[in-house]
Amino acid sequence: MSTTTETGRTAEQGAWRGFQPGIWCSAIDVRDFVRANYTPYTGDEGFLAGPTERTLAVWEKLTAMFPAERERGIYDADVSTPSTITSHAPGYVDRENELVVGLQTDAPLKRAIMPNGGLRMVENGLAAYGYTLDPQVKEIFTKYRKTHNAGVFDAYTPRVRAARRSHILTGLPDAYGRGRIIGDYRRVALYGVDQLIAAKKAELRTLDEVPSTADVIRDREELAEQIRALGELKEMAASYGFDVSGPAATAHEAIQWLYFGYLAAVKEQNGAAMSLGRTSTFLDVYLQRDLEEGTIDEVRAQELVDDFVIKLRIVRFLRTPEYDQLFSGDPTWVTESIGGMSRDGRTLVTKTSFRFLQTLHNLGPAPEPNLTVLWSPDLPEGFKRFCARTSIETSSIQYENDELLRPEYGDDTAIACCVSAMPVGRQMQFFGARVNLAKTLLYAINGGRDEITGEQIGPALPPLTGDRLSYDEVAGALDKMMDWLAETYVDALNVIHYMHDKYAYERVEMALHDYPVKRTLACGIAGLSVAADSLSAIKYGGVRVVRDETGLAVDYVVEGDYPAFGNDDDRVDGIAAGLVRSFMDKIRTYPSYRGAEHTQSVLTITSNVVYGKHTGNTPDGRRKGEPFAPGANPMNGRDRHGMVASALSVAKLPYDQARDGISLTNTVTPSGLGRTAEERIANLAGVLDGYFDGGGFHMNVNVLNREILLDAMEHPEKYPQLTIRVSGYAVNFVRLTREQQLDVLNRTFHGSV
Amino acid sequence: MSSTAPSTARSDAASAAPVTTGSVHSWDISTGVDGPGTRFVVFTSGCPLRCLYCHNPDTWRMRDGQPTTVDELVARAERYRRFIKITGGGVTISGGEPLQQPLFTGEFLRRCHESGLHTALDTSGFLGARASDALLADVDLVLLDIKSWDPETYRKTTGNEVAPTLRFARRLAELDKPTWVRFVLVPGLTDAEDNVDGLARFVATLPNVEHVDVLPYHRMAEAKYAGRGLPYPLPGVEPPDAALLERVHAQFGAHGVRSL
Repeated sequence: MSTTTETGRTAEQGAWRGFQPGIWCSAIDVRDFVRANYTPYTGDEGFLAGPTERTLAVWEKLTAMFPAERERGIYDADVSTPSTITSHAPGYVDRENELVVGLQTDAPLKRAIMPNGGLRMVENGLAAYGYTLDPQVKEIFTKYRKTHNAGVFDAYTPRVRAARRSHILTGLPDAYGRGRIIGDYRRVALYGVDQLIAAKKAELRTLDEVPSTADVIRDREELAEQIRALGELKEMAASYGFDVSGPAATAHEAIQWLYFGYLAAVKEQNGAAMSLGRTSTFLDVYLQRDLEEGTIDEVRAQELVDDFVIKLRIVRFLRTPEYDQLFSGDPTWVTESIGGMSRDGRTLVTKTSFRFLQTLHNLGPAPEPNLTVLWSPDLPEGFKRFCARTSIETSSIQYENDELLRPEYGDDTAIACCVSAMPVGRQMQFFGARVNLAKTLLYAINGGRDEITGEQIGPALPPLTGDRLSYDEVAGALDKMMDWLAETYVDALNVIHYMHDKYAYERVEMALHDYPVKRTLACGIAGLSVAADSLSAIKYGGVRVVRDETGLAVDYVVEGDYPAFGNDDDRVDGIAAGLVRSFMDKIRTYPSYRGAEHTQSVLTITSNVVYGKHTGNTPDGRRKGEPFAPGANPMNGRDRHGMVASALSVAKLPYDQARDGISLTNTVTPSGLGRTAEERIANLAGVLDGYFDGGGFHMNVNVLNREILLDAMEHPEKYPQLTIRVSGYAVNFVRLTREQQLDVLNRTFHGSV
Repeated sequence: MSSTAPSTARSDAASAAPVTTGSVHSWDISTGVDGPGTRFVVFTSGCPLRCLYCHNPDTWRMRDGQPTTVDELVARAERYRRFIKITGGGVTISGGEPLQQPLFTGEFLRRCHESGLHTALDTSGFLGARASDALLADVDLVLLDIKSWDPETYRKTTGNEVAPTLRFARRLAELDKPTWVRFVLVPGLTDAEDNVDGLARFVATLPNVEHVDVLPYHRMAEAKYAGRGLPYPLPGVEPPDAALLERVHAQFGAHGVRSL
């Protein structure tokens, strides 16, 4: 860790006035600052303020633009200015009235192009909405400047290409920004940019006497780029009339400085997930100081948070229809992690944790920012109840188990995207999307041939013969096929991240990290419940094979009942846990780019629909093309003993073998939680306590009636803000594709009978 | 015992030894619908009533259930003990009609109660006479479904008499057994003002009743009937509207009875 200059530290009236000093004064250490200065809050929501007229007026200006955006797909785009931190002139929603300023381009909802990730993504993204890329930009990014996407395809092997084409490797970030990197945007507010630059220069100096190997040269160049990006951040802020070279002196400034840091990141990167971090309790220190100094009141404090959240709600990226098919609803994953416990036993809940959730009441439900509560049974009761109430009223919160996160990553951990945990500013990940495990099982049966095309994709191992499948034979063949898959997968990811670092490096995000940073290689699996149920069907129910004239197994007949994942039945839950363990073991055996630590997630987001579409009949009785269950969810309708039993099956998946997260989405009808509002709040808080106590990692909670969703499909205009949680994020229901809407409807609604 | 219960399906033979195997339809873990908190709920098979709105026609006949031992169920409940404790829940035995198998039901309740789990018995009360005082001593909460006050309406709704249920309700009051009364509100069937009023007046005399759950009729079981090739007994009946629900709650309120 590097030392900082001491600007403002001693000045009574300076930016750090009244703060308890600590390590944070001499090194970049936001966690230490928060611990030394925050005020835990253990009361209820009674203190909160509603929205001001000003807040509502600004929000209404934007909501008036949303219908046109929804109809056309995008509101507007700048087709000729490749986006950088300083590329666009200042933009405003309502210059006179907004409290927090700064937009990605010069106008709200106008999307920028970011060709560094891939030119095709930009061209197709524009074409889909009737725009044409400026020919000069195209020329630059084909003739003079290579993109990440172009680099990846120079280095992909035939084996990777085949696996990618056949959808056994899916959703890889080889044509778009990888995302899932969280800059510690709080640093901009606490230290000001000049101190951050000084610290980065000190880090760069540590390499002065180190021999110039390829790794060291790359590090030096990256640090130099980080320093340059910080300079651009100052320049961008200056264009809005702010000098962010020094630390923020008020809560209003702290929010503005922090937001400028984040804005620089989303101007520079079209990352799949551009998460915010863990900012609410940090900001609370400033809000609390201003409240104590009497310069603001609660109404103003809430207004500042509301205005900040409005800005986070309108982060936009230009993406292709193919991308939206996977991740529908225009997600940006501006994930904000709220609550949790400190290692010293105090809760990290502050009044600003409440204020962030209150935005869902003040501005109405919304998918972004992706509000994520780090749940612990030790959280204050008042906060638990407010979370439960807000979930019941808005279906906009996801929960992750602070008791699993804290021991592993510490208490300054934030979630990137949906379920990926990382200590803020100290760790980043190489996002790796996921492999299709259900399809892998079919490849095992067919000796590496694709069950739909018949093409030889995997290694040509002997296909299984015989009319009935033998569990031992299938398990043995699957093991071999998973070896091939893991090797191919890690190979693909190494290529992708090499090229991403080279051509689309996240300069400003990484400038807000320590050097050296810890990296993980975040692999993932989809179709876990299909694969586990298939193996269970083979083992306990008996499965007959139907082959076509070429000998390809194309269908399966399940002969008897079998225990299905999602019923708290150890026979099949053990199979699912075994698959997770075994794939993780295999992944670990292949070296990763830059020595990243291998991890994996059980997460699909909305892509479970597309993966299902590309997967043939499976031995569990699922028909070709039918969606998988999302994330680690049991298959629709197979969990027959209620939400808790279903959740407890998922809780058995070993988190230590899936450190990048295990996602569970639950939908319950209001009456499924109790008769009265009071009962529902207590019961939902109880279920969350119980699930996380039982070792569960993540839960999306939707409290919805099927009738409302049906009506919303027919009359989307009536439900512009209807928000639902899907695997790891929230979406506007009306922005899902019809297929995805049907998938949501077909999922188990617990408590409906 | 003052009443003579109608003797329909004789399941548990009168025997002194505890009956440890029963006919069970399924188990579930539910929250907020079968008593307080999150609960392990056992649905027994077999019911003497044929309520027109029954949403579990698959639990009517004992012979359709799975023979299941108390040991299996207790072991299952045990898995959820911690979850149940955290959420302030317990176990509920429901059906079907659990008192159609009183010895089995009693044994399950005894084992759970002795192990410190909160126990609830969900019953129509029609076979209440079969519940011994010993069985009731192992019950922390009775969910008593009084389907109608008016005997005629009761007969039309369930095919049977209301008197045994009312006797059972009074007995629970004498025992001061915490009870939630449930009343399914079906437009055109159980919603007559007199019917609701009579029930409210009766419940007002029972100090052990904590509240009345007014359960709005729903049609979600229609598919189950179709699946079993049975005609749906209430074709075209819609769930009660807000105005009707409000009226019924007001009627309970007028008698000082808390209703949810």
